[in-house]
Amino acid sequence: MSAQTDTLPQSPPAPLAKSDGADRLRIVPARRTGQWTAAVAVLALLALVLNSVIRNDAFQWDVVADYFTTAAVLRGLGLTLWLTALVMVLGFALGTLLAVLRLSANRVLRSVGWGYVWLFRSTPILVQLLFWFNIGALYPQILGVRTVNLLGPVTVAVIGLTLHEAAYAAEVVRGGILSVERGQIEAAQSLGLGPWRRFHRIVLPQAMRSIVPPAGNMLIGTLKGTSIVSIIAVQDLLYSVQLVYHRTYQVIPLLLVATIWYAVVTSLLSIVQHYVERHYARGTAGAR
Amino acid sequence: MSTTTGTTDAMVEIRSVHKSFGSVEVLRGIDLSVRTGEVTVVLGPSGSGKSTLLRTINHLEKVDRGWISVDGTLVGYRRDGDKLYELPEREVLRRRTRIGFVFQNFNLFPHLTVLENLVEAPVAALGRPKKEAVAAAEKLLARVGLADRATAYSRQLSGGQQQRVAIARALALEPKLLLFDEPTSALDPELVGEVLDVIKDLALQGTTMIVVTHEIGFAREVADTVVFMDEGRIVEQGAPGDVLDRPAHERTRAFLSKVL
Repeated sequence: MSAQTDTLPQSPPAPLAKSDGADRLRIVPARRTGQWTAAVAVLALLALVLNSVIRNDAFQWDVVADYFTTAAVLRGLGLTLWLTALVMVLGFALGTLLAVLRLSANRVLRSVGWGYVWLFRSTPILVQLLFWFNIGALYPQILGVRTVNLLGPVTVAVIGLTLHEAAYAAEVVRGGILSVERGQIEAAQSLGLGPWRRFHRIVLPQAMRSIVPPAGNMLIGTLKGTSIVSIIAVQDLLYSVQLVYHRTYQVIPLLLVATIWYAVVTSLLSIVQHYVERHYARGTAGAR
Repeated sequence: MSTTTGTTDAMVEIRSVHKSFGSVEVLRGIDLSVRTGEVTVVLGPSGSGKSTLLRTINHLEKVDRGWISVDGTLVGYRRDGDKLYELPEREVLRRRTRIGFVFQNFNLFPHLTVLENLVEAPVAALGRPKKEAVAAAEKLLARVGLADRATAYSRQLSGGQQQRVAIARALALEPKLLLFDEPTSALDPELVGEVLDVIKDLALQGTTMIVVTHEIGFAREVADTVVFMDEGRIVEQGAPGDVLDRPAHERTRAFLSKVL
């Protein structure tokens, strides 16, 4: 038998006795040369970029530091933050309603949901904002009040961004609802749970797993996207630094102020998103 | 309000039920009575319509013709003269709480704990106080041998344990009728026994049930009536000894020779 294994190497080897055995063998991991080379190259490049950024006086880091926490900038940041929060909450509330309409058994409601999403997704947000800003030209009076008095720039910003946001939120929520197994709804129905209970207790919590990642994406997109309201003179973060540099002509350092603030806030939001995702992974393979 | 139909000791009455999916006729005129306290096992090749029949009983599928009553009440309809009016969903849900349904794939709610799965329907659908529902749920878990897993999520359980939880969840509504749709088909072979034991135990306590299954041994041991279906019709029905050992029809014989 052992002679045969020598002449026929493709046949399985005879089982080894424990003493000359597999226990003594050591596994040596493959060397990761490529990874080390890449690390060195990336660090070198990073050093070059940092050196040029720090040593180039045109960046005017001292001006950046001066304006980073001035009252005007912080007020702008504050407006950006609450505008983002409000648009997200209202947008997702309306979006969830639209998603339910689009999945409804009622054909008319389904068409309404579809039509809304089509309308607000197929035109640029910039155009929509300008349209709402000039709505007074179409309807000079609303309920007996002059439209320009009723709809200030901030109100227009909230309305315009929310209506646009809702169209995208609707698709995110709809995708989440569709990701929940049919059997879950049947189980809930066979237990006699009503439509509202089924939706908020059974379907939505499970849909959240697929909703949170794209919603986090949208939140970060919305935070940066609110900068578009600077064109209708709403004093958000971007508009606040613009006001300063129109006066002082220090364009680059003030744009850096805004840039750094946007990056700080989006980084914080990414961390929050991680924990929210973990919360909704309860009872699934991802929950550890 | 509701129309009482048929004989008094019949828990389920199915009369002339037809059902099509598109152009495929899945049920072609089903008549069946299930007496209170009896176990009816439905056998048949896949595609014979047995699961669809089970789903029409608690109105998860609507019938195209005929009617089904459970405990003397039509499930999805209200009868007025010669017409059956479809009930509003609220009313259908109320009537469904008297019928427990156990699915092939368990369909436990994965984001809720075992205990929450059991408490959900009694509280939300029947309006029971939470405390009472929790106490009842704990008793039910003990009954299916899972008292120690109340705080687990379904993913942390074996298939057999999940199905036992699903049975306990169905029992939590204290239904008058239990429907089992291939309760062991999704299980590893070594886990089938523990689920069948729970179902046998329920049978011994006089629970009325209809079980769609491929477990012939279970049918022989537990069933009062075995129903054999093929191509949307009931081919034959009777005591297990008759249908399983002395089948009258060629198709029953052919099916049994394949599965035994």
